[in-house]
Amino acid sequence: MADSQAMKKVLFGPILDNNPIGLQVLGICSALAVTGSMQKALIMTIAVVMVCAFSNLFISMIRNQIPNAVRIIVQMAVIASLVIVVDQVLKAFAYEMSKELSVYIALIITNCIVMGRAEAYAMKEPPLMSFLDGIGNGIGYGAMLMAVAFVRELFSKGTLFDIEIFALVQNGGWYQGNGLLILPFSSFFVIGLLIWAIRQYKPEQVEKD
Amino acid sequence: MEHYISLFVKVVFVENMALSFFLGMCTFLAVSKKISTALGLGIAVIFVLAIAVPVNQIIYHAVLAPNALGEGIDLSFLSYITYIGVIAALVQVVEMVLDKYMPVLYNALGIFLPLITVNCAIFGGVAFMVQRNYTLGESVVFGVGSGVGWTLAIVLMAAVREKLKYSDIPAGLKGLGITFITAGLMALGFQSFGGISL
Repeated sequence: MADSQAMKKVLFGPILDNNPIGLQVLGICSALAVTGSMQKALIMTIAVVMVCAFSNLFISMIRNQIPNAVRIIVQMAVIASLVIVVDQVLKAFAYEMSKELSVYIALIITNCIVMGRAEAYAMKEPPLMSFLDGIGNGIGYGAMLMAVAFVRELFSKGTLFDIEIFALVQNGGWYQGNGLLILPFSSFFVIGLLIWAIRQYKPEQVEKD
Repeated sequence: MEHYISLFVKVVFVENMALSFFLGMCTFLAVSKKISTALGLGIAVIFVLAIAVPVNQIIYHAVLAPNALGEGIDLSFLSYITYIGVIAALVQVVEMVLDKYMPVLYNALGIFLPLITVNCAIFGGVAFMVQRNYTLGESVVFGVGSGVGWTLAIVLMAAVREKLKYSDIPAGLKGLGITFITAGLMALGFQSFGGISL
């Protein structure tokens, strides 16, 4: 049984120290596409945390039974089944949301975070730690997602979770929304600048030439 | 014929896989350091997309679609696991065929071929094909076109990054940070195709 210190490190390390998007370059596709509003980002985060945690748990439970040659296929099968469950749940309870997220829920299957953690961590470590690692990395990914969505939604539409923060000029308020941030590719800039900010704060992450 | 040409142009420029849907971004950012490797990966992606999209189209309409196997049988909830299985199997087959009959191409593509299984551009292409209900002909054009669009984007990106090596970048932005911002500017450029309706 691992002590609580190690558990804490596994759970919270990925948020700043070893962020999946900022440092490991994993799972970027969905990070760019679903960050238009906080609500979408939150649903996506929950979905990824669930899939990542349970895929790590199940793969870690059967890690000693998986023959090395077919491990990728086994991992894929576990992950794909979990994503199907998430997709069906979303369709049943949040149909509008699942329409808006369209293929990006399906793309969790090929989201490299899930696959990467399964391969790099769950194949070696016991189930409980793997489960925590999955949650940690899911949260690290989600933190980046929420940060980007926060900037984009607040400065483009003046709202957070559809609650008005800045009154827009169109509605008789004072804030002129930033049109650039509505467009999906603006998240490139936001993530780029976030990475810069994180690396200023933690200089050891700066890449060497 | 005209319909196919306009679909092709549309998926290459207007709906570019990498720069308007952000698919295959992980590899797009990680493997775009040199033009030659970027081109090799791009060709492999075109190859796999051109086969995977039509094959999955056939499987979806013959087996998985509602009422395809018989009245009242709806297997569409199995779709994701089927696609990923088909893609993984296809990549394996393509690898073996290339190894046997085109060793030069096989050696050139090297490690990239197996990596393509987890490239979301492939899976995204298949998912879009089902969502937009393409016919078999359209899905061939869509597969090739989206591969070409992705290759175009990654080669352009690699060209920019080769020059970027000589510029003076703030320490914190080096590597990943500046790559994101460059990609953003490229996506901004591609956005200008958005007004074209085909």
